[in-house]
Amino acid sequence: MTEETPEQRGVDRDWSGIRRSANGRPLEWIAEKMIQGVSFTAIAGVFLIFLFVGKEAFPVILSQTDSRLIQPIIPASQMATTPPEVLQRYLGLSVREFKALDQETLKDLMQAREDGSKDIPEYARSDPDSGVNGSGWSYLLTPHQWSGYDRPQYIWQPVGNIQKFNIIPLFVGSLKTTLIGLFFAVPLALAAALYVSQLAPVRVKEWVKPGIEMLAGIPSVVVGAFALLVLATWLQSLFHYEVRLNAFVAGIALGFAVIPLVFSIAEDALTSVPKSYVQAALAVGASRWQAARDIVLPAAIPGVFAAVVLGFGRAIGETMIVLIVCSAPVMSWNLFDSARSITTTIAAEMGELVPGSPHYRILFMLGTILFAVTFLTNLLGDFVINRLKRRLEGKR
Amino acid sequence: MAAPTSISAKNSSTQAETRPLLETRNLELFYGTSRALKGISIGIRENLVTAFIGPSGCGKSTFLRCFNRMNDLIDGVRIVGECKVGGEDIYAKDVDVIELRKRVGMVFQRSNPFPKSIFDNIAYGLRLQGIRSRSEIEGIVEQSLKGAAIWDEVKDRLHQSALGLSGGQQQRLCIARAIAIRPQVLLMDEPASALDPIATGKVEDLIVELKKDFTIVIVTHNMQQATRISDYTAFFYIGELVEYDLTTKIFTNPAKKQTEDYVTGRFG
Repeated sequence: MTEETPEQRGVDRDWSGIRRSANGRPLEWIAEKMIQGVSFTAIAGVFLIFLFVGKEAFPVILSQTDSRLIQPIIPASQMATTPPEVLQRYLGLSVREFKALDQETLKDLMQAREDGSKDIPEYARSDPDSGVNGSGWSYLLTPHQWSGYDRPQYIWQPVGNIQKFNIIPLFVGSLKTTLIGLFFAVPLALAAALYVSQLAPVRVKEWVKPGIEMLAGIPSVVVGAFALLVLATWLQSLFHYEVRLNAFVAGIALGFAVIPLVFSIAEDALTSVPKSYVQAALAVGASRWQAARDIVLPAAIPGVFAAVVLGFGRAIGETMIVLIVCSAPVMSWNLFDSARSITTTIAAEMGELVPGSPHYRILFMLGTILFAVTFLTNLLGDFVINRLKRRLEGKR
Repeated sequence: MAAPTSISAKNSSTQAETRPLLETRNLELFYGTSRALKGISIGIRENLVTAFIGPSGCGKSTFLRCFNRMNDLIDGVRIVGECKVGGEDIYAKDVDVIELRKRVGMVFQRSNPFPKSIFDNIAYGLRLQGIRSRSEIEGIVEQSLKGAAIWDEVKDRLHQSALGLSGGQQQRLCIARAIAIRPQVLLMDEPASALDPIATGKVEDLIVELKKDFTIVIVTHNMQQATRISDYTAFFYIGELVEYDLTTKIFTNPAKKQTEDYVTGRFG
């Protein structure tokens, strides 16, 4: 028997197996592609929602809508003499829709339009505001002195002869309820998270954590009903304000919806801080509370901040609670006045609208703005979180 | 099992009367129902380095943590027997654990600096002690970093994050943090096990240096390390203290067969 040299040994081994690329594992390849496909679908979904909602809102953004009470009328008898482009625009139809309709139907539509304008009662016709297009940008954003009012005001009153579409009260309403909700929920949720993750004995933790997280499972209609029937009364007897159902009650109820979310994420962040930090702090003579406050909380701050940002998104997007508790779109910064949030407005009004009407388009625009606001908040939040993380890791 | 007081009497007649600083008698520790320490009696003297050696899982780290009650953090731990520091029973009902830990400092196996600046890592313990004066804190920080032989490496970057330091530097920073609060005892749980030989050498030199001011108890897996730095060595095996004597004696002429087998590398 001859002794093998190391060179021979190397040559004898078959290395061709390493060159079969991924074909050797077809199932894994398929699984990988499927997962990739799913994640792209999710991103595409978000993008498409924005696109379609934004498309409906586009005419408002370009000031192409007209919500005047008295609109120019082309009598049905003049149909033959009117150019088709004018007719199409007059009837508010797309080119395709216009082409799909026959002459008879178009005539009916024009007749209906003509008759409709005759039905406007005389007192409304004589209103000085009957020629005002409330869906223009200046009316959407700045106060206007409507007839019957003694000064310019922000008014959202989309149903009636004279439609008033000022969106500022809705933004104020959303801001009021959201901020109250966050101011109520964030400290409570963070304190609970700190307690459960750092201080609580195991047995307490086993009860408190699922208990708080169970709050997340309560449907918001139920939270809203609870706030309407019970919470509103309690809070009124506690703070003695005048209006029983107001932004404050709605905000507190919103807080109950936000607490489990913020708690859950913050608790995860705090728990994932290495135990060695706590041990080190205790070893230099910190109490458990001092270790939690001085070492663990700062170390978990990116995650805690993320929890707050998500809480904000949840609060501003929540619809049902505010809708149930209060929904008068009053323009007031007073926390104890009623309020109507953007989402509430969309939910309450969308069902009764003529698609394509100014009101309809403005609701879509509100949705678009809301989407943009939450998107930007999350983007900004992400930026801040990354900076905090880099600073903690000493990379600056 | 050797009786600690008799050992100190045997080996050092001059200090025969001095009480050991750390002392346990029949200390037993249970994790739930399993008995991790089986009646340990030991007396550890002041201003010396005492090494705990033994195979993994023999209870030496657990025992070390009894002296600053770090085991309290683990759920289901129960301790029976006597454990005294400076003559005080530290498991008595009225003991303030925080005060105890200020006197019995600890350095851990994995370096664990806070995610804060180098300066704040050390200043934190001082602020906990109630020291408010900035200049005083600065003074102690400098002194501690010098004491831990890391001052020259970090003096220009005191306000940068401690997480930017190398592993060996981080561990010396942790030692500086531990000595800054001037404890009387320094417990070290394998402080060099995660370090390269050069960093280990620095930490060992430091331990020998610190002996002047502190009573050091060190857990180590590294037999050479024990011979290099310790005065006394205790050999643990499956929850029991097998032998406790002068380091030179343990490594050259152990009384027990088990000890001899372990230090000569026959098992463990």
